[in-house]
Amino acid sequence: MEEIRIVLPKIPDYHKLEVYENNGGYQSAKKAFNISTDEVIDIVKKSGLRGRGGAAFSTGLKWSFMPKTTDKPKYLAVNGDESEPGSFKDRQVFEDNPHQLIEGILISCYAIGAKTAYIYIRGEYHKWIKLMQKALDDAYEAGYVGEKMKEKFGTDFYCDIYIHKGAGAYICGEESALMNSIEGYRGYPRIKPPFPAQRGLWGNPTTINNVETIANIPKIIENGWEWFSSIGAQKHPGTILFGLSGHLNKPGVYELPSGILLTELIEKYGGGVLNGKKIKCVIPGGSSMPPLRGDQLEGIRMDADSLRDAGSAIGTAGVMVMDEDTNLLKVLLRITKFYHHESCGQCTPCREGTGWMEKTLKRLADGNGTSKDLDMLESVTNNIEGNTICALGDAAAWPVKYMIQRFRKELEEYLKPEIVLPPKNKVHSMRNTVNPLSTIIR
Amino acid sequence: MGFQFTEENIARVNKAKSKYPTSLAAVMETLWIAQEQNGYISEEVMSHVAEVLQIDKVNVLSVVTFYTMYFQKKMGKYHIQVCTNVSCMLRGAYEIWDAVKDKLGIENMDVTSDGKFSLEEVECMGACGYAPMIAVNEDFHENLNKEKVLEILDSLK
Repeated sequence: MEEIRIVLPKIPDYHKLEVYENNGGYQSAKKAFNISTDEVIDIVKKSGLRGRGGAAFSTGLKWSFMPKTTDKPKYLAVNGDESEPGSFKDRQVFEDNPHQLIEGILISCYAIGAKTAYIYIRGEYHKWIKLMQKALDDAYEAGYVGEKMKEKFGTDFYCDIYIHKGAGAYICGEESALMNSIEGYRGYPRIKPPFPAQRGLWGNPTTINNVETIANIPKIIENGWEWFSSIGAQKHPGTILFGLSGHLNKPGVYELPSGILLTELIEKYGGGVLNGKKIKCVIPGGSSMPPLRGDQLEGIRMDADSLRDAGSAIGTAGVMVMDEDTNLLKVLLRITKFYHHESCGQCTPCREGTGWMEKTLKRLADGNGTSKDLDMLESVTNNIEGNTICALGDAAAWPVKYMIQRFRKELEEYLKPEIVLPPKNKVHSMRNTVNPLSTIIR
Repeated sequence: MGFQFTEENIARVNKAKSKYPTSLAAVMETLWIAQEQNGYISEEVMSHVAEVLQIDKVNVLSVVTFYTMYFQKKMGKYHIQVCTNVSCMLRGAYEIWDAVKDKLGIENMDVTSDGKFSLEEVECMGACGYAPMIAVNEDFHENLNKEKVLEILDSLK
């Protein structure tokens, strides 16, 4: 597949303001400010750009939800919390192309009528926060951001951009938790509706977009929606920053057109599996997305619709590859431990369910489980999924549910055979799966 | 004398406040500044932050206890964070974790008796493609193995 660079162009020192300017930087903003806001939204809508943060929702459509006539201040929140295991793309944008992100924010703010934008960056990214702040300071000084914009661009519109530093909570990547975090509260997700476009930051209309999504905007304005919509998969056009990790020879971030074959991504760009081993399992979109079997990867394309048809999801396009020797029970335990740790604790099914799953999987990993425990785990996932305020519940349930459905045989290798009790013992036993009973049979 | 922001840091706090329509929203950044100055967030620090921002102390407490990067006790001069999440785990993060634990002789969230090192098993840090990784205070060290990690620890004076 032909390589196209939109978000991470191969231009040396592109992160520096003067290099960015010399390559047509901030001209897209100027172009956008000279057409109406409706037209800008229309261009983004027609381009087919879909959110890169996980849900793959149409960006233009999301923008159009913002109320046109309101006295309230409007906000843009840019989601750079990036904490999904397997996802490490946004930091590349902060490092290599901060000005395109800033320009994208200017255009987005103009389109939705926001005067203030917050870039939420996870606290662990100290270095990238500094890099982003440097770029922002430079842009302010040059008059591209803030009140000086009026003069620079010759328009009435101006907006301010601030960085909000997180402090280590995965849940803040959820849009309503992110807003609570910006407001100075615990990162508790809010019940929807009302949606952020109706009631977001401080009760005002707010749009939340992912860093990568926003970074695409200047190029769409520059080259037109026809250009963008012709790249990659028809229904999910553009490029995607794929984060390859796990048992690969060349892991890293690769910008490639959407709809690329998963096998091509792994073999050609990821350099194939370490030591030439076979693939046992691939998680195609960050750890909360359903895992795929190594023997069902043929023909799967990396875009939202194809992956949904294949029984998984694009998520944040963090592709984790596991070779044939991987102990999937341990992987599953580690994933579940993560969600237990990161559950905010508001909803009982998630708070208790993730802990229960972790404890059960720990017991299984210690060699004290039977395949009946897998059935029990599956029933736990069914009681979490869909029963919580935000999607963290689903994110915790899916890996367990689909790992059991798709890798039952592999998981059972680490479990004890089912214990069949003689009838006279069965009367006294309420838990015929528990380990010590095996000694009774003997 | 309780905890007091330095003059320079008070200016930073005021700048943080100017970013938001409410002073409560500045609590996270103010706590970051406080942690930088004091090393960790004590009761005294929380009281002072509440006072400076003119917010309830309970708001400060709720934030401090929710976000894992605010320390509630004094940590080591070098805070060693080992990621053991899936991508790192697949490439040997637990070997590194065990090696660091052995070398320092402490458990998760403990501090060595000389106050030089503290240790934390952290969740995904966003370095999956460069796994395994550790972070020393604010700095990421990537593409590691056991030997390289021990070398890093030895180089910290």
